[in-house]
Amino acid sequence: MLPPVFGVLFDGIAYGMLLFLLSVGMSVTLGLMNFVNLAHCAFGMIGAYVAVMLMKDFNWNFFATLPFAFLSAALVSVVVERTLYRKLYRATDLDQVLLTIGLAFISVAAAAWFFGTTQQPVAMPSYMRGSINFLGLNIGIYRMFLVAVGIVVTILLVMTLEHTRFGAQVRAAVDNQRMARGLGIDVDRTFAVTFALGSGLAGLGGALAIEIVGLDPHFAFIYLVYVLIVVSVGGLGSIAGSFAAACLIGISDIAGKYYVPELGGFLIYLVMVAVLMWKPAGLFGKRS
Amino acid sequence: MTVLDPAHTMTPQTYMQQLSRWRALEIAFWLATLLPFWLFPTYLSLASQIAITALFALSLDLILGYAGIVSLGHAAFFGLGAYSAGIFTKFVWGEPFSGLLVAALVAGVVGYASSFIISRFRHLTLIMITLGLGLLLHEAANSASWLTGGSDGLQGVSIQPVFGVFKFDLYGYTAYGYALGILFLCFLFTRHLINSPFGLALRGIRENFTRMPAIGADSRAHIRKVYTISAIIAGIAGGILAQTTETVALEVLSFERSADVLVMLVLGGAGRLYGGLIGAAVFLIARDQFSGINPQYWYFWIGVLLVVVVMLLPNGILGGLSKLTARWRRT
Repeated sequence: MLPPVFGVLFDGIAYGMLLFLLSVGMSVTLGLMNFVNLAHCAFGMIGAYVAVMLMKDFNWNFFATLPFAFLSAALVSVVVERTLYRKLYRATDLDQVLLTIGLAFISVAAAAWFFGTTQQPVAMPSYMRGSINFLGLNIGIYRMFLVAVGIVVTILLVMTLEHTRFGAQVRAAVDNQRMARGLGIDVDRTFAVTFALGSGLAGLGGALAIEIVGLDPHFAFIYLVYVLIVVSVGGLGSIAGSFAAACLIGISDIAGKYYVPELGGFLIYLVMVAVLMWKPAGLFGKRS
Repeated sequence: MTVLDPAHTMTPQTYMQQLSRWRALEIAFWLATLLPFWLFPTYLSLASQIAITALFALSLDLILGYAGIVSLGHAAFFGLGAYSAGIFTKFVWGEPFSGLLVAALVAGVVGYASSFIISRFRHLTLIMITLGLGLLLHEAANSASWLTGGSDGLQGVSIQPVFGVFKFDLYGYTAYGYALGILFLCFLFTRHLINSPFGLALRGIRENFTRMPAIGADSRAHIRKVYTISAIIAGIAGGILAQTTETVALEVLSFERSADVLVMLVLGGAGRLYGGLIGAAVFLIARDQFSGINPQYWYFWIGVLLVVVVMLLPNGILGGLSKLTARWRRT
């Protein structure tokens, strides 16, 4: 028999994985490309709505919708990147903040227009709904699935960025654009692909999140704050940092609500401010 | 715009004098702020909202437009001012100016204390810290409902006549006059500050934070000072809102308020004295008109407005106008 603290820990980690999947794309775009994309969760929302629509209107299986959630968010992000973002890669933080927050506003209003302001119902397959009993703890099957996906995505991303030709091109293009061009790297294409990858991951995270947190047009805003917290606490551009920060934030949020409900929403903001004051560049970050 | 060239044509003293000279357009602008009294008496409550928000935007302009500090949590000081003025009026007495003084004091003390944190950070970390502090304060006001009324808002604030004579009437004549008067006084102060050597040092910090100490200007000390002043002005703006509406909603501390004021300032033109004023007026009038058409999708239009401003008008409305007049003068 395990004491209930393990249950809280597990739920915290599962929630953290959700935050990680939503934010890891931003860790790529903001951390590697230095682009402050406050519309990141809008791409997550696209993935979530695509998954819901495919399940509701076409009776697709939940798992079959996931690749489409990734692809649709990636596809939309390529269009936005080509038309708007690429002109602002060298603009100030403030300009990027304003443009992308404008896009987030547009996406919220557009989602309300197309899908209404109500919560979207989700039909999860029955075998994902139950929980198993492990040494006296009830562990949700879906939460276990989330943790597994989080770990797989982390490994795949780290492998891609650290050990492939594409990863080397991305890092070269970020560190020194002119030199990278001189070496024959197609910097524009590399950035577009990186951006699509980051947004696609947001779309996947969004689709995975609806079972736990629900989906309505304010999704793009509510989770933006959490995503920003994870990325800044983890340290820019560090996948491992985002992973650690997401776990830390997830656990402190769940544990806070469980053990000190009076503190309510305080705890994660306190954790963030404390970490940033201690390490301005984040836990694993090299530059602030 | 005339190009000033302090190095070759004039002494620093005459340069500073030229900066602070009043232009005809400015005088016309302030005279025009009196028009609502006669032309739009039914819109006086909107006009006071604009004056209050313009003051708030002016305070953000001081730190963002001039010193280059991007804050996503400036509503913290606006809300602090609103709550202190509201609580003071409710529990101590309802004389308006002393209420504003309390609002300024509380916002100033908290601003000074947090300025030690603010001046240490730059870029994304700074944005996240200001956001976090703002959210913390919002949570605090929400949970201290015995004092603030929580999500129901602070009720029962009743305000005495200004100077003991001018009662706050139903139409908002006094409210607008009061808000406009305070806005003008704070504007005079800000204008003086910006056109002083201190104001020039702030612009230097905005352009290059690390090189300013090399010419003998301590960037961090300057940031602490201007941040405190900005907090005081934001607190006064919040105080006026509490007094003229005789209530304080939790919304004064919200992230949306911080984001909206940022949008207004950039829309008008950051780093220009009149940027926040014009931006607040355009934003609030547009919202009043658009939300009359369809309140739910008003944010769509703010979004479009933001994208257009960033892509086509990098320096806001005023930046676009001055570019236009410069081109017109050349031809």
